[in-house]
Amino acid sequence: MTWLLRGVRVLGGDAADILISGDRIVDVGSRLDAVGAQVLDGDGLVALPGLVDLHTHLREPGREDAETVDSGTRAAALGGFTAVHAMANTEPVADTAGVVEQVWRLGREAGHCDVHPVGAVTVGLAGERLAELGAMADSAARVRVFSDDGNCVSDAQLMRRALEYVKAFDGVIAQHAQEPRLTASAQMNEGVESARLGLAGWPAVAEEAIIARDVLLAGHVGSRLHVCHVSTAGSVEILRWAKSKGWRVTAEVTPHHLLLTDECAATYDPVFKVNPPLRTGEDVEAVRAALADGTIDCVATDHAPHALEDKETEWAAARPGMLGLETALSVVVATMVEPGRLTWGQLADRMSMTPALIAGVADQGRPLAPGAPATLTLVDSGAHWTVDPSQQASRSRNTPFAGRRLPARVTATFLRGRPTVLDGKIA
Amino acid sequence: MSRHLLSAADLSRDEAVLILDTAEEMSRLSDRAVKKLPTLRGRTVVNLFFEDSTRTRTSFEVAAKRLSADVINFSAKGSSVSKGESLKDTALTLEAMGADAVVIRHGSSGAPHRLAGWIRGSVLNAGDGTHEHPTQALLDAFTMRRRHGRVAGLNVAIVGDVLHSRVARSNVVLLSTLGAQVTLVAPPTLLPVGVEAWPAAVSYDLDAVLPKCDVVMMLRVQRERMDAAFFPTVREYSRRYGLDRHRVAVLGEDALVMHPGPIVRGMEIASEVADSARSTIVEQVANGVSVRMAVLYLLLGGADAQRLGGADARWPGGAAAGEATP
Repeated sequence: MTWLLRGVRVLGGDAADILISGDRIVDVGSRLDAVGAQVLDGDGLVALPGLVDLHTHLREPGREDAETVDSGTRAAALGGFTAVHAMANTEPVADTAGVVEQVWRLGREAGHCDVHPVGAVTVGLAGERLAELGAMADSAARVRVFSDDGNCVSDAQLMRRALEYVKAFDGVIAQHAQEPRLTASAQMNEGVESARLGLAGWPAVAEEAIIARDVLLAGHVGSRLHVCHVSTAGSVEILRWAKSKGWRVTAEVTPHHLLLTDECAATYDPVFKVNPPLRTGEDVEAVRAALADGTIDCVATDHAPHALEDKETEWAAARPGMLGLETALSVVVATMVEPGRLTWGQLADRMSMTPALIAGVADQGRPLAPGAPATLTLVDSGAHWTVDPSQQASRSRNTPFAGRRLPARVTATFLRGRPTVLDGKIA
Repeated sequence: MSRHLLSAADLSRDEAVLILDTAEEMSRLSDRAVKKLPTLRGRTVVNLFFEDSTRTRTSFEVAAKRLSADVINFSAKGSSVSKGESLKDTALTLEAMGADAVVIRHGSSGAPHRLAGWIRGSVLNAGDGTHEHPTQALLDAFTMRRRHGRVAGLNVAIVGDVLHSRVARSNVVLLSTLGAQVTLVAPPTLLPVGVEAWPAAVSYDLDAVLPKCDVVMMLRVQRERMDAAFFPTVREYSRRYGLDRHRVAVLGEDALVMHPGPIVRGMEIASEVADSARSTIVEQVANGVSVRMAVLYLLLGGADAQRLGGADARWPGGAAAGEATP
């Protein structure tokens, strides 16, 4: 199949045509012609390499009522993603080669985007002994990112061993930084709002203390560390310091931590309950600045679908987590591109190139140039849309952006030359 | 008045004073032989208690019955809730049964706010987690006003486990709305991070605060807090923050000792202090009924009173609520 994407703006630059043949981009230039090619009139759409999410909960196996690999990857494709990393906290936990291969295979069958399973660091996410990391790395799923996400690898010695062990296959430990004793029964960011609302506090120090320990460990053993969903100004300071030492530390921030604050909890609507929690306005400003200057390397959604009954409850009984795949790009445009803090090229770096590098995914996050895989997304940068939970492709409805008007809409997504989204709909 | 009473923070000064004035009228009823008004006849009030609280539940029950409402007590234990029913389904069930008001006590902060979004009737917060207990603060203010003749300008110390106390949160906002000066006294471990934004002073030293107090409000301290290292031992807590005979001696002649109950004698309060003439502990219970009658009346009957042009014939003495202010 041959595609001619006419008049698209690569990374927001001047209009150009992209010619796709098979799974590759074969030419980029003006007034390209290709007889027999399917023509997509781009008319000023921004062309980006397909987005790569390092942090996605697809809920399958185990909670297919909340999401499946198929529904979650539909949401991903509609959000402009061509690869997602499926977190390990499924039922059963993805802590063996068997489970990661199952998730990987489900992703291939669904075909909406690449699914790279994340392996658990410890057996059953229990934080007691290492899972068979090497077996998962050697499996068909070729796991390179390992995380106990949802839980923190809080035992310092175990964390050190994990960091060291995955060096053998260039893996990376993605840490959910949460000191468990400081956050027992925690419900929201600890501060003025939690004091007023009478909800148990999740202090910033519980995140920062673990990040400080882990960057020191990573520096000591010369390993790669990736810090999940950085949410506080203090965490940013520690990361900046660790990077100044030359340690191999990377970090992500979620769209919701770029936009929302702990004042959202005042409604007691658990759609705003998430872990780590929404923080203060100062923290939001700090993570935006860090994403702009590269201290935080990339955006990751932490897409966390939950069944209605797990959110239509009192705050404390609700599960933490928010949908993210279908709104991520728009939120990053609203918070970073529109205010002039990131160019489209830098957005592509933060949402595609860098996450692909961190995860060691070779055929994603490549510049849109002849010879590269035709893995890309086209964005109508001038469009505005209002988030309607009932219109999301996810099986769940727990978006914190319901009713919000957001900029930028994904029009088409291509995965190795094959459209997964056309005209804003699943192809 | 709003349709619900979820938080003392939602009350304006005028609304709070209206409730206190209405409660004053209601309290006169208890001197009568027949302690009953027909105001809420035909209305249904549900007491929905997810935590055991005989004191508060009974107080609301008596209040509703004195206004002739039908009262249904729905306790979570042994009900559909213990079979795994969600708060929302419980709420919809009560709604279907025609509840005009739901009085809710729940272990989770914000549960009444959620309930208010699911049902059409009024929601009264009778204590939610570690958030608020607005009718307790109203009855405390009512008690202070009766004893001191005013609330504005009073120096009130709230002493004890402020961190976990819904009584403290409601009292801080209501007393501040009414113009009192509040000082929170607790070990630093039992004060929330973020307390500096509250309209209250903070002290770690009870002895320094007591001499200028018009009111000392003691909070119950649960013994299990000791296991979580909030303080080393019960004895040490009691020595530093307990209200004993010696501490009471420095109080002014008119200073009151209050406690929302249940009290732990010998821990936060000595027996002879709890039983002394300046203690309002029993009075607070009686005042609780009057205040809850006033709140139920204003939330459920108030609209009718307005529809009738303010001249509510069912009102004791024939006066409309707004005219009760002396």
